[in-house]
Amino acid sequence: MTLASATVQSGRHGPPGGPPRGPARNAGTWFLVLPALIPILVLSVGPLLYGIALAFTDSQSGRTRSTQWVGTLNFQDLLHDGLFWESFRIGLVWAVGVTVPQFVLALGLALLLNENLRMRWLARALAIIPWAMPEVVVGIMWRLVYNPDAGILNETLRDLGLGDGRDWLTGLATALPAVILVGVWAGMPQTTVALLAGLQNTPRELHEAAALDGAGAWRRFRTVTWPALKPVALSITALNFIWNFNSFALVYVLTNGGPGGRTRLPMLFAYEEAFRYGQFGYAAAMGCVMVAVISVILAVYLAGRLGGGDDR
Amino acid sequence: MSPRTSGTTRAGQYAALLCYLVFLAFPFLWLISTAFKPAPELGSLHPTWIPEHPTLDNFRQAFDEQPLLRAAANSLIAALSAGVIAVVIATPMAYVMARHRSRLSTAATGWVVVSQAFPFVLLIIPLFLVLKQLHLINTLWGLIMVYVVWALPFALWMLVGYVRAVPRELEEAAAVDGAGRLRTLVSVTAPLLAPGIVATALFAFITAWNEFFFALVLLKTPEKQTLPVVLTHFLGAEGASDLGPLAAAAFLATLPSLVLFAVIQRRITGGMLAGAVKS
Repeated sequence: MTLASATVQSGRHGPPGGPPRGPARNAGTWFLVLPALIPILVLSVGPLLYGIALAFTDSQSGRTRSTQWVGTLNFQDLLHDGLFWESFRIGLVWAVGVTVPQFVLALGLALLLNENLRMRWLARALAIIPWAMPEVVVGIMWRLVYNPDAGILNETLRDLGLGDGRDWLTGLATALPAVILVGVWAGMPQTTVALLAGLQNTPRELHEAAALDGAGAWRRFRTVTWPALKPVALSITALNFIWNFNSFALVYVLTNGGPGGRTRLPMLFAYEEAFRYGQFGYAAAMGCVMVAVISVILAVYLAGRLGGGDDR
Repeated sequence: MSPRTSGTTRAGQYAALLCYLVFLAFPFLWLISTAFKPAPELGSLHPTWIPEHPTLDNFRQAFDEQPLLRAAANSLIAALSAGVIAVVIATPMAYVMARHRSRLSTAATGWVVVSQAFPFVLLIIPLFLVLKQLHLINTLWGLIMVYVVWALPFALWMLVGYVRAVPRELEEAAAVDGAGRLRTLVSVTAPLLAPGIVATALFAFITAWNEFFFALVLLKTPEKQTLPVVLTHFLGAEGASDLGPLAAAAFLATLPSLVLFAVIQRRITGGMLAGAVKS
């Protein structure tokens, strides 16, 4: 395998960022890369571009006429689609409402798990459960918890003398908060594990030095722990926000967007538009708007945090 | 471990940890409790934590009502194929991405990040149209193809981390000893990567086993559908669902991924971390 050993040599001499050396190196590399690259291009990049293109057409399911370009018509329609913007607003409330408490709770749990506590292994084991469960099962499980009569939540509230049971998931005012609580529960483990991993990268000596200097727990957290944790915290928060904004299965099972659209996240809206009403072009336009707005929000957020950041 | 921790702080920490334990555990315990309750207790206005007359009727009824075995078999085929194929095609690419910085690996890394941000509608509509042209709607093969590509970003992410964890010096030593690149890969790198590859495959398996949205869109008839889709058939119209069988089926559907996750949990967090820290 002369082609191959040429590559190893270039890897040995060159720095990690070294330029490729000649056609031999390229042939070996392509051989390794193509099995993954072809599916990525055919089934991911291609469809995404196709999807964006569809947003500018009147594509519909099951019709005989051929699809026409309609320019920005779908986007103009979307601009005036009050229901879509309402679902967009709900999506943002949901994404923030889940991401922020999720982060705070996960940080607390990660700090606890980083201590030398006795029940630590149990907490770690339990924290896996929501992560490993199918979202559909998480939704079903919480429907059982929220059940007005036979659910444990209302029974506990009755026992504590706090009202006598309501249907949390179908109440106009309670549905969104109830769904958000499930979102927080379901996503906490992943965030905890990421933060815990970040915490375990913080050098212990720094903590000890700070403690010797007489720094209290809060000051140690602010001056030692947080700066080290910040990059991990920032990226996990940004990812959580996007994932939450784009989520589907949990709310589909819990409320299917009800009552009266109060929990209809953008993905549920777009799904209905595409696969119930067959409006592919219009739904694709929704997808494009979702991507665009999310990117802008994230860019602003990341620029603000990184620009004002004092670490690194 | 903080350098010194006072008794009251410790007590507070244990109290907080206990709250977390309760919060994390109670819905799951309630699911189990519901699954083993006989019908009269499920109708009771004052439900109890422990079933007074535990029964397996709900499980029997669940299998009677929906084609659970068929659905589990479909899920197994889809998840297993997705896990194996994803890893087989991702490992060589991850190796290139980890070892050689080029425009291609930069683009691939960019794709991994960007693909996390896309709402799946934007992907599923064109995929639906393409798979329809290929007559792959309502087939497991169509779903498997989608799952493979869907699993690739994090498979690459994890595998790149595992490759970087293999010291380059080992490969260089083998090269000095006269081993070609392929031999180096097969006899030096692959054995060290094996545990990471298995963990990645299992993780891809779990996510495919749990996946719902693509399966909902692509699979139309009950005998083709995967477990998560079939589970939603237990949810009757307007919440009129049969709680016992619903809980029983949901509980069963969770077991495989729960067991696998417990096995590979350390490796996943390790892999995520390796990918995240070094990039």
